[in-house]
Amino acid sequence: MHDKVDVLIIGSGASGAAVAWSLAETKMHILCLEQGDWVKPTDYPSNGRDWEARLFSDFAVNPNRRARPTDYPINDDNSPIKVVNFNGVGGSTIMYTAHFPRLHPSDFKVRTLDGVAEDWPIDYATLEPFFAENDRMMGVSGLAGDPAYPPKQPPMPPVPLGKSGARFGKAMNQLGWHWWPSDTTIATTDYDGRGRCINLGHCTPGCAQGAKASTDITYWPHAIRAGVELRTLCRVREITTDEHGMASGVIYYDAKGEEQFQPAEVVIIACNGVGTPRLMLNSVSARFPNGIANSSGLVGKNLMFHPYALTYGYVDEPLDGNHGPPLCLWSKQFYETDPQRDFVRGYTFQFGRGVGSIIEAIVSSTAGRLAWGEDHHASYRKLVNRRIGLSAICEDLPEEHNRVTLDPVLKDSSGIPAPKLDYTISANSHKMMQHGIARAKEILNAAGASNICVESPILNGGWHLLGTARMGTDPERSVVNEWGRCHDVKNLFIVDGSIWVTSGGVNPTSTIQALALYIADSIKQRLANLFD
Amino acid sequence: MPNDSLSVEQVRDLRALAGAIIPASQTYNVPGADDERIFNDILRSLERDRDDVCRALAHLATFAGGAFADIEPERRAAVANAFRDVGGAPLAALVRVVLLCYYRDDRVMRSLGQEPRPPFPKGHVVEQGDWSLLDPVRARPPIYRPVDGRATKGGAG
Repeated sequence: MHDKVDVLIIGSGASGAAVAWSLAETKMHILCLEQGDWVKPTDYPSNGRDWEARLFSDFAVNPNRRARPTDYPINDDNSPIKVVNFNGVGGSTIMYTAHFPRLHPSDFKVRTLDGVAEDWPIDYATLEPFFAENDRMMGVSGLAGDPAYPPKQPPMPPVPLGKSGARFGKAMNQLGWHWWPSDTTIATTDYDGRGRCINLGHCTPGCAQGAKASTDITYWPHAIRAGVELRTLCRVREITTDEHGMASGVIYYDAKGEEQFQPAEVVIIACNGVGTPRLMLNSVSARFPNGIANSSGLVGKNLMFHPYALTYGYVDEPLDGNHGPPLCLWSKQFYETDPQRDFVRGYTFQFGRGVGSIIEAIVSSTAGRLAWGEDHHASYRKLVNRRIGLSAICEDLPEEHNRVTLDPVLKDSSGIPAPKLDYTISANSHKMMQHGIARAKEILNAAGASNICVESPILNGGWHLLGTARMGTDPERSVVNEWGRCHDVKNLFIVDGSIWVTSGGVNPTSTIQALALYIADSIKQRLANLFD
Repeated sequence: MPNDSLSVEQVRDLRALAGAIIPASQTYNVPGADDERIFNDILRSLERDRDDVCRALAHLATFAGGAFADIEPERRAAVANAFRDVGGAPLAALVRVVLLCYYRDDRVMRSLGQEPRPPFPKGHVVEQGDWSLLDPVRARPPIYRPVDGRATKGGAG
């Protein structure tokens, strides 16, 4: 058995790293268990000629396809959207596009403003200092002055517009619609030991330059220097409890596959909106027969993804293709609820720069646009580097039938039950997606694109895993309280996207990390009476 | 040719199909996907897709009423295009491997005006663009929705 630690964090991704770093100043004995391993910058695909091919093998976004020894399978047969994640130090920040919008102030008040779902127990103002702190730690590039947000000041200038962004900007001006350079965690200047972006253009599966912020190169070096221990290749099976119903530690499998028990005073779960309910539901005992901290019955329920409606077309001149960070702009024109529409809430448009030449060939061949035979080469040359597209990232409202459970058959390589997803896209989301597609076509027409194509929802678009252990003040309607502590287990905290009450219509990493920092701060403020 | 599971017949059919999908072109000065170097790359790269490729080739042989490679070269494109409508996910996997290998070949990349190199460490140049395009947006009042009257003006965009 290992020595008891003060704080045990499960998962080293976006939220686990942030909470570890923040708590490090307490000088408590902090340990993080991560089921994956460190990923070396030299291992990233952009180092080699097979950089696009590896998107279909060891750097595939879908864990079922990637199937590394450090991955766990996910039964997503009953979902039109498939999970995207990565298991390693840095978690899914290794495998994200670094688009970094915050939730908006209105996102925390959806019941009050629109009469749907529930309000969050906290608000934008509460998180604002933690957003700013996280922007500094992750290194955000962007431009102050966006009229779609309260004032904020990204520490670095935005990524370049490029040909694609300029074309979109002119189109949006022509339509009179809002657009703005995205906040992104891609460094545009040298920053905190990271090199500036050199437009490798292949940001999602890791950045060989180190310009993209993943927590293995942002929070973790600082946290480790401050004394936090990070133990890799450790897959947690369950959280154990003592006779008082408090978390006593975890049982995990180490790098050799041997079962270990790690005792702890405080346990913090940071395993994302699928991994966290999986672990909690697998942590059963006489006191918690339906999974730990699940007296509400809501662990695993209210899964929210953000359905993506992608619309794209082709122009008559070469654009940027895959050169440069793939996302460069956003629009909040349709973000807030408009009673004139047939749906509530709204969406962000995120504008894509282009895709790599092989991805273009594969996607266009699958869609039947790319000719086979003698016409292949002429056909391809009208497509490559001429794509311009945008996605509506739609707010997904919570519904209890969208859920994560334990698969009765499928297990990971350690014998732990795999998560099973049951998810449908709501009527409200469908209407929102159709609205987004119609507006996107107007934008593409204004941008001079033709041959318009739609992928809705994006199949492998389950980047954002939210809502499966939500926060609230009512123990019967939520799993954790307003500062992340489980209602049922007073030394068990959750800091990842599971605790989201509603999803907003933005990429969640910025808000997930701000929440983690806020919860860490709440813990620090209450250290003397943390379990009261 | 390196291969540890496809039969000789399957290798012949795969090569013939690759060449039917992407034939050589004098116009663009590029080889076809059945070029020896490219096809060796295809065989080496089947990996996770090997089972799907085998399924697709078996389906193709049934569809074509025999070995695809035995079809007259002039007719292969027509058969391949007809098979395209019915090949499903296994064929999509096969075609993906063909395209992955074809479009990373040095000769093909050069014909497209691309440098045959990985993105790192040289990277690429992306122009900054004209940031004055943002002036009309800067001039807008806040569009985020009021919440408790705090620092919010305007309304839905």
